[in-house]
Amino acid sequence: MPASGIYILDTKGKVMVSRNYRGDIDMAFIEKFLPLLNEKEEEGNLTPLLSTLGVTFAYVKFNSLYLVATTKRNANITQIFSFLHKAVEVFREYFKEFEEESIRDNFVVIYELLDEMMDFGYPQTTDSKILQEYITQEGQKLEITPRPPMAVTNAVSWRSEGIKYRKNEVFLDVIESVNILVNINGTVLRSEICGVIKMRVFLSGMPELRLGLNDKVLFESTGRTGAASKTKSVELEDVKFHQCVRLARFENDRTISFVPPDGEFELMSYRLNTTVKPLIWIESVIERHSHSRVEYMIKAKSQFKRRSTANNVEIIIPVPNDADTPKFKTTVGHVRYVPEDNAAVWTIRSFPGGKEFIMKAHFNLPSVESAEQEGKPPIRVKFEIPYFTTSGIQVRYLKIIEKSGYQALPWVRYITQNGDYEIRTN
Amino acid sequence: MSDAKYFTTTKKGEIFELKSELNSDKKEKRREAVKKVIASMTVGKDVSALFPDVINCMQTDNLELKKLVYLYLINYAKTQPDLAILAVNTFVKDCDDPNPLIRALAVRTMGCIRVDKITEYLCDPLRKCLKDEDPYVRKTAAVCVAKLYDINPTLAEDQGFLDALKDLLSDSNPMVVANAVAALGEINETSPHPIIDMNTVMVNKLLTALNECTEWGQVFILDCVANYSPTDEREAQGICERVSPRLAHANAAVVLSAVKVLMKLMEMLPSDSDFVVALSKKLAPPLVTLLSAEPEIQYVALRNINLIVQKKPDILQHEMKVFFVKYNDPIYVKLEKLDIMIRLASPANIAQVLAELKEYATEVDIDFVRKAVRAIGRCAIKVEQSAERCVSTLLDLIQTKVNYVVQEAIVVIKDIFRKYPNKYESIISTLCENLDTLDEPDAKASMIWIIGEYAERIENANELLESFLEGFADENTQVQLQLLTGIVKLFLKRPTDTQELVQKVLTLATQESDNPDLRDRGYIYWRLLSTDPVIAKQVVLAEKPLISEETDCLEPTLLDELCCHIGTLASVYHKPPTAFIEGRTAVTRKSLPARVPSLNGGSPSFDASTPGQRQQTVIPNQDSLIGDLLSLDFGSPSGPQSSYAMGSMPPPMTTAGQDLLGADLDSLIGGGSSDLSGHSAGGSGGYGGGGYGGGGGLADLVGFGGSSSGGPSLAAGNTGLLGDIFGIAPVSAYSVPKQVWLNPGQGKGLEVQGSFSRKNRQVTMELTLTNRALQGMSDFDVRLNKNSFGLTPASPLNVRSPLPPNQSTEASLPLNITADIAKQNPLTNLQVALKNNIGVHYFACLIPMHVLFVEDGLMEKGVFLATWKDISSDNEKQFDIHTSLTDADAISNKLQANNIFTVTKLATDGRQLMYLSVKMTIGIWILCELKLNAIASGHTLALKSRVPDIYLGIVEAFQGILLA
Repeated sequence: MPASGIYILDTKGKVMVSRNYRGDIDMAFIEKFLPLLNEKEEEGNLTPLLSTLGVTFAYVKFNSLYLVATTKRNANITQIFSFLHKAVEVFREYFKEFEEESIRDNFVVIYELLDEMMDFGYPQTTDSKILQEYITQEGQKLEITPRPPMAVTNAVSWRSEGIKYRKNEVFLDVIESVNILVNINGTVLRSEICGVIKMRVFLSGMPELRLGLNDKVLFESTGRTGAASKTKSVELEDVKFHQCVRLARFENDRTISFVPPDGEFELMSYRLNTTVKPLIWIESVIERHSHSRVEYMIKAKSQFKRRSTANNVEIIIPVPNDADTPKFKTTVGHVRYVPEDNAAVWTIRSFPGGKEFIMKAHFNLPSVESAEQEGKPPIRVKFEIPYFTTSGIQVRYLKIIEKSGYQALPWVRYITQNGDYEIRTN
Repeated sequence: MSDAKYFTTTKKGEIFELKSELNSDKKEKRREAVKKVIASMTVGKDVSALFPDVINCMQTDNLELKKLVYLYLINYAKTQPDLAILAVNTFVKDCDDPNPLIRALAVRTMGCIRVDKITEYLCDPLRKCLKDEDPYVRKTAAVCVAKLYDINPTLAEDQGFLDALKDLLSDSNPMVVANAVAALGEINETSPHPIIDMNTVMVNKLLTALNECTEWGQVFILDCVANYSPTDEREAQGICERVSPRLAHANAAVVLSAVKVLMKLMEMLPSDSDFVVALSKKLAPPLVTLLSAEPEIQYVALRNINLIVQKKPDILQHEMKVFFVKYNDPIYVKLEKLDIMIRLASPANIAQVLAELKEYATEVDIDFVRKAVRAIGRCAIKVEQSAERCVSTLLDLIQTKVNYVVQEAIVVIKDIFRKYPNKYESIISTLCENLDTLDEPDAKASMIWIIGEYAERIENANELLESFLEGFADENTQVQLQLLTGIVKLFLKRPTDTQELVQKVLTLATQESDNPDLRDRGYIYWRLLSTDPVIAKQVVLAEKPLISEETDCLEPTLLDELCCHIGTLASVYHKPPTAFIEGRTAVTRKSLPARVPSLNGGSPSFDASTPGQRQQTVIPNQDSLIGDLLSLDFGSPSGPQSSYAMGSMPPPMTTAGQDLLGADLDSLIGGGSSDLSGHSAGGSGGYGGGGYGGGGGLADLVGFGGSSSGGPSLAAGNTGLLGDIFGIAPVSAYSVPKQVWLNPGQGKGLEVQGSFSRKNRQVTMELTLTNRALQGMSDFDVRLNKNSFGLTPASPLNVRSPLPPNQSTEASLPLNITADIAKQNPLTNLQVALKNNIGVHYFACLIPMHVLFVEDGLMEKGVFLATWKDISSDNEKQFDIHTSLTDADAISNKLQANNIFTVTKLATDGRQLMYLSVKMTIGIWILCELKLNAIASGHTLALKSRVPDIYLGIVEAFQGILLA
């Protein structure tokens, strides 16, 4: 069941662009949105769904704009939210930024897009590359009236025919984010690896691609297990694919085969729930002397192989919001105080494996305690380790077959970075 | 170049200026003007006056301009229906344009103009577009049929568009198929009669298209397949196999719609089969991955996971950690995660959960902290092994002296006391230290309840309670009621030094309050205390049933229904669609399918010769009967979502008041009528808080008379003191008037009138024999043929013999139940042979089903829920019951007098629901859901039993009882 209308509202809740798809809700009804939102926020039970008088508002907030869908029915709300996020993505690809100015500057195109992306409340074509083929920002300058690209209705709705490159290349980025939650007493409560494989495809024609990974399930089914196999395999807990990947085929024999979209896209994501040794381990000693000062001793230790190096490491240490006069002492990197975030940030450009560094910080506290109660934000760590995946996932091959028979080169990069990397403090 | 400039014209006479620009000779100028018009429209200015001028610009070969004019039309056609006709020609022409983009645009826009006159002209172009060579046009036309149907259903049907739409299901293009599915799905849901008849062939076609269409198309198809019920297990499994790869789709909507289909179809498969076990395992990872999506999607996913965890707890039982709260999660995500953590809490993971909860309880967001504290209490109640650790955690939290933490902790500790009485009372002194910091009614009431309940162990209980009494008039009702009950308890436990106190509170309640509930409760205590303190003690200090955590689960039928709506608003609101959408769209309610074995699994039909055997498992435990009945009802007045343990809203005061004046009093005094009124006391929410909430001490006051005396008789003669005061008429069993079974012509002068009743737990045949012959009659005897219920005479027929001419005699023939059964048609048919000195006379009569309802027909709630779930929904039938009764309590009493027992009552989406259980002599249980309509004179009765054949008789019985 579908959405009734879509609205783009500015910060004050004023309608900037709206599209009424079904005519079953008075378009003026949107005026109730912001007051309702404020009311719920005040009551402390704000949710992404607001409902009044039988109408539900589903909204996402982006750059202080609201993108709101309304419905009177038992709509498939997951689809509506997915669509709203998708719409933001399309607008951003069209206008670089999705904010008040770009909307005012492009309201005609936005109307056109809203007309094309949704019909009678049902999402239609939302692939920005395909949309760009027949909805252009310089519409009035085009002499030839555009026709709907084949791709709109093709089984391959994400790639147009007739793409040509002089040099056929594919770039694969395997990016793993490590999510970790460490308790006050230093136990790892949760660890998880979320990986994505991003592609940048510069290939002519309609190429067929097949990607081979060291997937444990695949290895087991083909008998390449145990000692017989030299390559280590990885057990992917949950895999999600771009719509170009043939899911039934994957389900059958774990083959990842697809006709890729042109340019940049995310081919797949995966998740592993294994216990990960925290790549960068943080120990903190915090001594609070209320009314006078607070002292921090932070120890950072890299727990990966010596031949790897973590780059751009940032250790973000929360400090009280009324702290002042920061003093830092460290042998490596530098520390700066970021009062707007109530944090001290310790940056280490290059952090080799198997090392340990210490930083000491000292802040003064006012003698009058602030009445405002503060939360206990965790210490966060940001980092990037190139040429390395925590899970051990590997691209074994990427086969590219196109009827013209050209040779194309795949390039693969691996990188591990932080995800939600939280260490609780007291 | 930016479009922003179009917004900036603010001169006087703007409309006039635009008008002249729209009529300019220059194309360029006209286009600019239309843009200005649209800009004005966008900011909410009324530019409808320009309608004819804008329409003039419609005939253009510039696509952008055309789109803008169309957009204008969509917005203003309704205000200018007559002028809108002018646009028709261009629309029709555009539908023939060589460019498919324009054809589609025209048909799409025409469908959005909801003006009747235009709709007529839409038909021809639409028909053409449905057969267009370009799939882009066809897919647009498919949606347009749904638009037309929305405006004018009869027109759409008469013009054959629905059939054309069905043809598109076989289109070669997957996008067209997907849109046709979406359109048909919508039409099907709004139409009064089913439009598409889903069958195996069609579902197969859709599943094939599933592999090829866009992500959105996949959602349309999956949502449609979710409405299909496969014919047998094999087909269900086949669909599951083809749908499960969708779980790996990147789009969350595709994933959740696939989950919906799988959850539904798994119901049809044997739950212990390898296939289902493997499938359940497959469901967990994608659900967990949704928690890495955008926060809004996470929220939707969490609300759905909440349902899935209740329906199939095993799917996510090992995934506790993924629900741990992250610091930056939005508050709505945090709260939902907490809820799921509690649902997943088990002895295996409770230590971890508690450590987390304790962590959360020291956060700063007040709502979150409160919920975390409450969660600790719920853990204690749910996982017995953890109770001690929970209590000590709560004590630690109380030591923090953070005001709202302390208050929340006291509320949950009260619940822990109610679950584990006499175990943790040593902490009461710590609680009492925080007495004066309490300022929230919930916390105050809880504290008072604790003091009253344990008055004998708290040395200064009288001082503590007295301190509350000072501000009695300013307190919240909940606190006042609790204080009243608390002091009465104290008095009964320590009568010597508290007489003054109790006097004071009774005076305050009865004379200085204008709250009727408080006054009434005061009077009742007063009379009770002055009539017989021993009984008062028995009543007020009766042992209370333990609470359980079951109450915050959704009611099973609702849960099943919601599982059919996974991914939709209903699944987020945890309400059936009927509760939040109006009108025709909401008529059909969904429910999970039942198992249909494919091969030689035996037919589910009823074999009347062995009705008893199937029922063996559902025998309620008499001991726990009343306790359960009472404990299950806390949440009910405030709807299925609320949980007692969460400190939900107290039951509405009016209900409590009614109960108090209703039948409950009979039990308080009468004792003999316990069966009847003891139940209704519980059933009507009297427990309301076993002395905490609005219902407050009501249960203490009246609730337990029934369990202690347990007399067998019905209501007759229990007009006790208060019964008189309040003028309650005893409710008696329903009986059908006597009918002529044998007329003298056939009986050789013997006339037989008869009826059935239930006396002393036995079915009794009441006969009036009249001798219309000229000579006396003697040697009466009676035989019953084998019948559906195994009725045989328990004693010889005892009548006056000889019976002189023109005289009548009454006879009561008690009947026994035997296992000697032969199914009759109709089921209630009974063939009788009556012998006298003249000959043997055969006649037949119908047994009214209600006499076969036995006295121990009250099913324990847990068993009821399990049985309801267990019985296939195919066996569920709905009937309309006509009666003038609308009050649930009155109905409940009336039914109970006839051994139809109220298991529980609920109020959902503004309607009262009663759940009733009936047990028949032959061991068949019937579960009933009675939905009360507030205004109309009819209620809806849904019956569920393993033996559907008896439904007609049951419905007649209900009808008879409620009309009598």
